[in-house]
Amino acid sequence: MSHAPTPSQTVGPFYGYALPFPGGNEVAPAGHPDTVTVHGYVLDGLGAPVPDAIVETWQPAPDGSRAGLPGSLRHDPSSGKVIGRNGVDFTGFGRAPTDAAGHWFVRTLRPGGAPYLCAAVFARGLVHHLYTRVYLPDLLGEDGGQEAAGDPLLGSLDAGRRATLIATRTDPRTYRFDIRLQGDDETVFLEFS
Amino acid sequence: MTARGLPAHPLPDGLSQQEIDAEVARAQAAAEPGAHHPPRDYPPYRSSHFRHPHRSLIPVRDPEAVELSGPAFGVTDVTALDRDLTAQHDGEPLGERITVTGRVLDRAGRPVRGQLVEVWQANASGRYAHQLDQHPAPLDPNFTGFGRCLTDDDGGYSFTTVKPGAYPWRNHTNAWRPAHIHFSLFGTSFSQRLVTQMYFPGDPLLPYDPVIRSVTDQAARERLISAYDHDLSVPEWSLGYRWDIVLDGPCATWTEEEGDA
Repeated sequence: MSHAPTPSQTVGPFYGYALPFPGGNEVAPAGHPDTVTVHGYVLDGLGAPVPDAIVETWQPAPDGSRAGLPGSLRHDPSSGKVIGRNGVDFTGFGRAPTDAAGHWFVRTLRPGGAPYLCAAVFARGLVHHLYTRVYLPDLLGEDGGQEAAGDPLLGSLDAGRRATLIATRTDPRTYRFDIRLQGDDETVFLEFS
Repeated sequence: MTARGLPAHPLPDGLSQQEIDAEVARAQAAAEPGAHHPPRDYPPYRSSHFRHPHRSLIPVRDPEAVELSGPAFGVTDVTALDRDLTAQHDGEPLGERITVTGRVLDRAGRPVRGQLVEVWQANASGRYAHQLDQHPAPLDPNFTGFGRCLTDDDGGYSFTTVKPGAYPWRNHTNAWRPAHIHFSLFGTSFSQRLVTQMYFPGDPLLPYDPVIRSVTDQAARERLISAYDHDLSVPEWSLGYRWDIVLDGPCATWTEEEGDA
């Protein structure tokens, strides 16, 4: 660890023409029958939606592979335009800017070998991105109780804090996960070292 | 006041540069000495106020954490032209043509190979090709200001662009951002993700800018400033800047060779 790291800086307000790309939040191969939607709002310390945030997700493939595959932002070499994923490979990477209402979504497949999606949140006003996890309750067992306690991270948190990391399954194919940047019910954010 | 003694409201509109400078000095005095990254609660950058967590981050030391792996990118994800921001339109953009070159390394000094580097910036007049940037500077029909490339086997990246202009913003009265290029970087693990900004040496606006000053340690701040490198300048064509990037955070300890086994 001899090299000092380059500091983080805010993503600022003007990434919108640069970082988002067509199909960035369509992680599941188009038309895949097991596709699920994970969605929610990014909210600030006043409970107001954050319309200039970007949520990135990373996850294992359904077979548990963590190697990822290229092709999240395939380009047409003749026009230079993004032409989207190839509909076959599961790249594991999603990029979801919030809309004007502060809402984000990814359509994906459930991860294999781990009960969660990894998420990184970037926003104007946030000088260093934040990591969190989106646990899918059905992957923790139907009640989410005992199995949640067996997960090293969830098991280390009290019930109230733990609940901020577990998505709400609103129908068999839809999970709601709000990200609260600040406040009494603020989301658990993580650091890796 | 909150429990932690922070102001319960953001700093008000209309503060002078002098008042912001005083806030910068206060934040710097309160900061952890030698911190590599900016504190997320940084009052001089007013829009940080309601957008940072009040609770401590939870450390994850689990060797099975998915974050120790990360997304892959490849030849289908970029085209050769994506690294040349001056070649994306029919005509040449206005401004001072520059190249920005460097290496992406991890904290052990190992090159980060085959990973995605994305950049975005204002044009030479300081205007972004973004609908919300309406300040009175001209758009350039020949400049969008977005590029990407993959790092090579040595961790190297290179972009050709024009030097961005400074631009005003509304953090305080007479607030101006120094010229900068936004960078987005991926490492070998998701836990190494970095979004940051590269600055230019000798920019007179650097001492006044609460964004670069959010990095409270001077040595860390200097790591955000590129170096003019005369050997990178091309005669009668472009000026060269060098900027190396070191990604923080752990990564999986396996090598590609071991991973293939």
